[in-house]
Amino acid sequence: MAVFVNGVIFEGVDTAAPDCWRLEAYMARGGYQALKKILDSKIPQEDVIAEVKNSGLRGRGGAGFPTGLKWSFMPRSFPGDKYVVCNTDEGEPGTFKDRDIIRYNPHALIEGMIIAGYAMSAKAGYNYIHGEIFEAYELFEEALDEARKAGLLGQNILGTDFSFDLFAHHGYGAYICGEETALLESLEGKKGQPRFKPPFPASFGLYGKPTTINNTESFASVPFIIRDGAQKFLEAGKPNNGGTKLFSVSGHVNRPGNYEIPLGTPFATLLEMAGGMKDGKKLKAVIPGGSSAPVLPGEVMMELTMDYDSISKAGSMLGSGAVIVMNDDVCMVRALERLAYFYHEESCGQCTPCREGTGWLYKVIHRIANGEGRDGDLELLESVGNNMAGRTVCALADAAVFPVRSFTKHFRNEFEYLIKHKKPLVDHKWC
Amino acid sequence: MLSAESLAKIDRELAKYPADQFRSAIMGALRIALTERRETGVTPEARCLNAEVIEFVANYVGIPPVAAYEVATFYNMYDMKPVGKYKLTVCTNLPCALRGGVNTAHYIGEKLGIGIGETTADGKFTLLEGECMGACGDAPVLLVNNHKMCSFMTREAIDKKLAELE
Repeated sequence: MAVFVNGVIFEGVDTAAPDCWRLEAYMARGGYQALKKILDSKIPQEDVIAEVKNSGLRGRGGAGFPTGLKWSFMPRSFPGDKYVVCNTDEGEPGTFKDRDIIRYNPHALIEGMIIAGYAMSAKAGYNYIHGEIFEAYELFEEALDEARKAGLLGQNILGTDFSFDLFAHHGYGAYICGEETALLESLEGKKGQPRFKPPFPASFGLYGKPTTINNTESFASVPFIIRDGAQKFLEAGKPNNGGTKLFSVSGHVNRPGNYEIPLGTPFATLLEMAGGMKDGKKLKAVIPGGSSAPVLPGEVMMELTMDYDSISKAGSMLGSGAVIVMNDDVCMVRALERLAYFYHEESCGQCTPCREGTGWLYKVIHRIANGEGRDGDLELLESVGNNMAGRTVCALADAAVFPVRSFTKHFRNEFEYLIKHKKPLVDHKWC
Repeated sequence: MLSAESLAKIDRELAKYPADQFRSAIMGALRIALTERRETGVTPEARCLNAEVIEFVANYVGIPPVAAYEVATFYNMYDMKPVGKYKLTVCTNLPCALRGGVNTAHYIGEKLGIGIGETTADGKFTLLEGECMGACGDAPVLLVNNHKMCSFMTREAIDKKLAELE
């Protein structure tokens, strides 16, 4: 389900219509006009990049890095092959927006990537798609075929001297490949283990060539920015937080799903759109930006607006826009145990602090949750976390530590109670 | 070792990458090999990848077998162990668990008389717990044989799905 309010990506998309993803339907919605505008008027590359910069678009995958600035890092006039890569390896627990973009509006992504290819002189692009969404991968392949047949991909696009091709690469089950350099390793047919940075992908990326990697939603926002102008996109959000954003709302709400709303919309409004709390229960906690983002108490969330700056000020992050909602039946120790298991399972094993540390975090939280916690366990968690965060090649270790720190900070009494009384303060049932 | 159809599919994967970067096709090639074995294998042993198949695929793609083996064992959707005709992977990560994912896994286990990680005696079903599948809004979510996603798997939906998979 996808609901939108002045949406940039989903505006006019009837997700109930089986053919809404097809080229014809996309064209009828004004699709590929941005590309035509660029090619017809021969808009210079730097003007395209400036437009994306001016739009205030920030990376929608989690880091929130300004997309236009990232594009400007590409040495586009250097000779040799260059690539653009899309990260649809959407495996951050709570996030399910990119799957809907591919299922319902894949040509917005394709057009966005072609424009990116034009702006950065890339010869080809790859879209790396999460392993578990094979059906979406197959549909995307079909959409690519449509674009190729219509002369929108390949040699001499729309009769001009601009050539660019685009391919889909299917992952096969590794959370770590959402990290951009692990994704590149995987795309090269290797184990998905992150690379040391620098060098950054803009100078040494896919096959050692300059490469720009953006999230699906970021690329899919580009056609709107070019067609309707940076200003209109910027005004759809708030300063420094341009545009609308897809929020994947999951957990204890009546209508889980994707909501494309202006950045800066109050969380309370989003919760209301999602049908409010399931069974009318009390809001206890929210993870506002995917499982790696620090959890916030419900009452704090109710005062916030959904944008990068507001969530960051409250001590968490907007991340991928995955909003995990929990009611007061949830035992926060059990909830954290589940996340800790995930990071332990998904650590790629390359760096010792992460490989060993995620195991320690899980083991200690598991024993607390099972009434076997020991005095000093909370200090032990803190100590292990301090020896992981910032000490590894990529941010997975940090992502594993953030939830531990925030859960034990905001809901410390539940951990202390369990350690002391060997039974939970909240008797939680997973239902 | 693989059908002409599977080899043609691997050729299409190879064509996606620059000619000197054939290694990139190994992930797709292994998936295609696994899919054929799942569809044609009559025993759990015949439905998963093994050293022989991996070596064949590696040779076909043109990389050392060890490089292919490394990939097959790193990514968790490649079945390296015997697997039932229907591999059921239930997401039990936090967002799914909040909406019944754990109960779903247990209910399927009870119905099939197996625990998580086990295969039924007749070799028909394997039950696994999975990590985030990127479909948390459809929770509880179940993946059948890696490629078919089933959404909103309530008890009634599970009963119906298992009956279909007879």
